[in-house]
Amino acid sequence: MSAATVSAPSRSTRTKGSTLTRRKVSGYLVTALTWILVLLFFFPVLWMVITSFKTEGEAASYPPMFIFDPTWDRYIEVFRRGMGLYLGNSAAVSVLSTIVVMALAIPAAYALSVRPIGKWQDALFFFISTKFMPVAASIIPVFLLLRSLNLLDNLWSLGVLYIGINLPLAVWMMRSFFAEVPRAVVEAAQIDGASFNRELWRVALPIVAPGAAAAALICFIFAWNEYFLANLLTAVVARTTPPFLGSFVDGRGQFIAVLSAASTVAVLPVIAAGWLAQKRLVRGLAMGAVK
Amino acid sequence: MTATTQPRTAELAPGQAKPKKPLKVQLKGQELAERKFARKLITPALVVAILITQVPFVVTIYYSFQNWNLARPQDRSFAGFDNYVAVITNGAFLPSLWATIRIVGGSVILSLVLGLILAVLLDRKFRGQALARTLLITPFLVMPAAAALIWKFSLLDFNTGMVNYGLSFFGIPPVAWNTDHPGLTIVFTLTWQYTPFMMLILLAGLQSQAGEVLEAADVDGASALQTFRYMTLPHLRTYAELATLLGTVMMIQVFDPVNIMTKGAGDTKTLPYLLYERAFIGQQIGEAAAYGVVTVIITIVIATAALRTLFKVFTEEAR
Repeated sequence: MSAATVSAPSRSTRTKGSTLTRRKVSGYLVTALTWILVLLFFFPVLWMVITSFKTEGEAASYPPMFIFDPTWDRYIEVFRRGMGLYLGNSAAVSVLSTIVVMALAIPAAYALSVRPIGKWQDALFFFISTKFMPVAASIIPVFLLLRSLNLLDNLWSLGVLYIGINLPLAVWMMRSFFAEVPRAVVEAAQIDGASFNRELWRVALPIVAPGAAAAALICFIFAWNEYFLANLLTAVVARTTPPFLGSFVDGRGQFIAVLSAASTVAVLPVIAAGWLAQKRLVRGLAMGAVK
Repeated sequence: MTATTQPRTAELAPGQAKPKKPLKVQLKGQELAERKFARKLITPALVVAILITQVPFVVTIYYSFQNWNLARPQDRSFAGFDNYVAVITNGAFLPSLWATIRIVGGSVILSLVLGLILAVLLDRKFRGQALARTLLITPFLVMPAAAALIWKFSLLDFNTGMVNYGLSFFGIPPVAWNTDHPGLTIVFTLTWQYTPFMMLILLAGLQSQAGEVLEAADVDGASALQTFRYMTLPHLRTYAELATLLGTVMMIQVFDPVNIMTKGAGDTKTLPYLLYERAFIGQQIGEAAAYGVVTVIITIVIATAALRTLFKVFTEEAR
């Protein structure tokens, strides 16, 4: 495949009509290929949802059953196993930690975007570097401390750790959103005599509100999906959804259908939220480097 | 050049020239107050970040120089570099590092390649483009614990898994993924989850490409492949680097699929899992802390590169 073989056909088919039809046909082919790949990637999620409506026997049958009599029984079973409590724990710890993270991150990010000089740059660097710090770096002392304070299996201690995990990302994201607020708007507010405080909450924040919502959503998703700390630090009372799902590994007998139902319930809120906010999600995940 | 600067200065003049003098005096005091206030704004976040992430790390370093087994807490003593020597000599570290490199490296490369293909495919107008993109980001949103379970039990199962079912149409006999290829099962799961992430960053890179330049190339008679090879790929390079580094930093912490799918069996004992096993199952606090410190050092090397790329992207955009 040299450059010559590639460029040759495009030169010879420069006659208008045939180029158009060729382009159209190859366009359809590429679109079809795209859809095949997309559906392949989406299939595991789709299959999980389908399986959750089967009986265990149907779920374990081979070849797989595509037509069956759907039932909600697996969902009832999942909540009978106490998933309600775990979902509630997950929601509480994710929402609360996200609120605190945003309350800390918004002022910090604003200060960093208004005065990005000297020491501030270092502070910014510091925040982003903590994002790259593996949990392995801190988990041993944290675990021993919580154990000695009798704070294991406690939602509050889990929440505090989630604040630490999500704060750098939130600061970084919010800074990139604040940086886009036109200087003129802020200066106009200053001339009008607005205090710095007012300038932040009343002038700048409303402009970046969609960005703030996306940052909060990403923090929520990470907290909701977090498994390592939740698995290690919670047991019964403060158990969250991911370690509950993880406990299916030790399942005896057939459990694929009920596992699929539990997984569907667990991933549904995040998928729904992610779909709604997908455009801004990209930017947050790339740490604001991508518009 | 002059034509474009002319109206700009003209525009600025009336607004800026007049209030400049009185404002400057006012700004001095205001700037000081502002600075003070800014410090007040940033301090809480800084303190929290330091307390939760930095202090424990310092303690981890301290632990790594201690002889300390939780089963015999009274025998605690200073160990010097014994734990680090143990890390290197006891035969667990190097295989674990190798497992981490293979699993993370394999997943990063696979998801980057698939992400690039999908980004290129999604970067054109077609029916249902928005829906395709929405469906495609879904794997990244799925809870990793759920993804690991679904892949292990529903997709990769030897007897009833959908992957073997799919392969049967191509005449490929069933493969015992979970028992014969545990490393691959983790790579599959990670690749599935991170391909959307790679795709999103690369797609953003593709869309930031100036349309006029591509049109010019088209007019000049460049084929689509030539344009892609000589214009799009170089442009994408920074974005690909960023995606690779961020993906690596995220995946190097891989624990969920290992704990759920393999428990470290069959060359899948990654560094985070090894640390978990030593500290919380083996109760070797000192040695586990040393693994932690070594993991951090490795991560810092990668993260430094990631940060450099991140800033390169920023400066390029600012230009």
